[in-house]
Amino acid sequence: MGVEYVGGFQVLLGVVARFWPVWLALAIVLGLSFAFKPKLGLYGHLFDTGVGIAGVTICLFWMFTAIFAQTISPFNPLAQIFVMKDALPGAIEPSTGKVFLFGGDRLARDIFSRMVYGSQIVLIIAPAATLFALMVGTTLGLPAGYYGGRIDTVLSFLANLVLAFPVILLFYLLVTPGIMDTPIPYAMAGVFFLFPIIFFCTLFYTRYKHRTGLLAIQIGLTLLIGGWIYFGLVFNADPLGIISIRPNELNIFVAVVFASSPGVFRIVRGLVMDIKTRDYVAAAQTRGENPWYIMLWEVLPNARGPLIVDVCLRIGYTTILLGTLGYFGLGLAPESPDWGTAIKESSRLLRAFVHPALPPVIALMSFVLGLNLLADALREQSLKD
Amino acid sequence: MIGFIGRRLGTMVLTMLCLTLVVFFMVNLEPNLRKLAISQLDMRSSDEHIESWLVRNGYRDNFFIRYGRWLGVVPIEPVVDESGRVQARFGVCPQPAEPYYGGILQGNFGCSTKFNTTVANKLFPALGATGILMFWVMAVMVPVALLIGVLAGMREGTRTDRGLSVASITTTATPEYVSGVIFTVIFASWLGIFNGSAASATREGVTFYNFTLPVMTMAIYGIGYIARMTRASMVEVMTQQYIRTARLKGLAFNAVVIKHALRNALIAPFTVIMLQFPWLLTGVVIVEVMFRYQGFGYTLVEAAGNNDIDLLLACSLVSVFVVLTTQLISDVGYAYLNPRIRVS
Repeated sequence: MGVEYVGGFQVLLGVVARFWPVWLALAIVLGLSFAFKPKLGLYGHLFDTGVGIAGVTICLFWMFTAIFAQTISPFNPLAQIFVMKDALPGAIEPSTGKVFLFGGDRLARDIFSRMVYGSQIVLIIAPAATLFALMVGTTLGLPAGYYGGRIDTVLSFLANLVLAFPVILLFYLLVTPGIMDTPIPYAMAGVFFLFPIIFFCTLFYTRYKHRTGLLAIQIGLTLLIGGWIYFGLVFNADPLGIISIRPNELNIFVAVVFASSPGVFRIVRGLVMDIKTRDYVAAAQTRGENPWYIMLWEVLPNARGPLIVDVCLRIGYTTILLGTLGYFGLGLAPESPDWGTAIKESSRLLRAFVHPALPPVIALMSFVLGLNLLADALREQSLKD
Repeated sequence: MIGFIGRRLGTMVLTMLCLTLVVFFMVNLEPNLRKLAISQLDMRSSDEHIESWLVRNGYRDNFFIRYGRWLGVVPIEPVVDESGRVQARFGVCPQPAEPYYGGILQGNFGCSTKFNTTVANKLFPALGATGILMFWVMAVMVPVALLIGVLAGMREGTRTDRGLSVASITTTATPEYVSGVIFTVIFASWLGIFNGSAASATREGVTFYNFTLPVMTMAIYGIGYIARMTRASMVEVMTQQYIRTARLKGLAFNAVVIKHALRNALIAPFTVIMLQFPWLLTGVVIVEVMFRYQGFGYTLVEAAGNNDIDLLLACSLVSVFVVLTTQLISDVGYAYLNPRIRVS
């Protein structure tokens, strides 16, 4: 049975047309950003250079793609339509008349829809894991850099221990189907997810301990929201049933946080060691402030520049790590539409068909490139001040 | 200096002990042991059968005793079958009839269940193969990266600088599994000038035809990073007073760059190149799997996928050793190259 094709130009037009919600959202956000540029601080300054504009645009593009994935993708990413097996780009699906813009893969699924849905997985896990790693690294890096001495020796030794592991070996040990039968991933999740709660409680307590009314509200809210997310993620026992995570996703999440928090730790520690010699820290010490107040309210805000740059780079790096996990078939389900798994599937068959490999490859590369450009522009801006 | 190296070596040994202990714990988790037993027996073995196999091969002994056996500080009891005769370990590795010390400290890496041979027989040829790959990657990556970095940093802010900087950002955004696919599509599928698989390199030796793609794929990810570090260090050197003096003396720009700037600008990239080795290890695994080259990375994946305990432990020992040694070399070399740094 023959499948009809549309031409290359029509494929291009079709792709551009399918992304219409993204273009609309991009136009609104970028238009507003340009209009209010002088009032937006660091974010506004990003629009001064070509690199910055490119970085913001690419990152926003993928963010909106993830948000509007349902509207953009013409087909269900898991649906197999048998006629379309290995179809070339531009093939028309006979029953609905819609076009497989980038063709079909080995299991007759629409590659375009899979690429669009893949962005959802990557854009949820990568930034979230990076934020958790940031919390863990910061909470441990601050005392290590500030106190020095024995705390620093022990924590640095542990960080170097993790860093000495080749990432791939770490993943092969931590992300296996067998390990989900053991309590290890849950124990690690229990420890890691505790850090944000500790961080925010200390943050509020050190600043507002004399304003009990305000403090009670803040701590209460932190414990409520933090505890809710904590139970949802670690014990999968969210009473409202909104937050839930599949065991294999939790496993990946924990492994990625584990692999990237020592890097954050090292950066924070270095920054703190530099900043604690400044005069305003000495002034705070003379006032008799609590060490944790100094760390969280004097040192940390002044370390934000390099940290923001590092977070941007790190989200990109986490995306690469997720791709690596997908490429080795670790953790994620084999039919999952994420880019790493798609690259693995298609790279085996490169000799026969080239087209399934290119969309996920270009998607992953462009997203990481966007983040790197953004980090570069941010670094230039923060050096200017 | 000697004291510094001594202390670093001490930390290194401690780190290796901790890491191997962690790896040993992870590979000896109950699900992994069951998987190993099933792969050694057959799919439909009963639970008692599996249990008796595990007991017979010593997997039910105390954890630290087993770790000590692997390390070579606790004697290994030979495995005996029902009639009391000594069996070869896993049926392939011969062992003496009386208890003996046979661990890492004695130079005995154990027995691979996946490849049915001793670990040493499998691991060292694989390391050799990876060594060849690494050599070519370094031979391509380092000169190219330094050249790009120096050219970009020589005249900061020019169009060459901008272009090269964006190019190096792009390569750092391209992990091996992405660039590998792109290069294979372009050079193997469309142009057909290179071979998309390096499997023949293991058998017939390395040729330009089968080895270019793996080397290119691995080098490209590192090039961007090293080039950016070189550029930053070059930019900093070019603003120094002695460069201005040399310029005002009337020296040609090229002479200033080559004689005065280069030496000082290359100190920082040296450390970065050394610290690239851990990244290269991950790269090796991806590239070897992608291009089917039978080296260290391929062995590691096979060992991990089949829970081949001894082989996996040996692989992690080797990779941790490589990472820590390069860190040590980079610290010592940095102090050596830059006389202002004094190790305390």
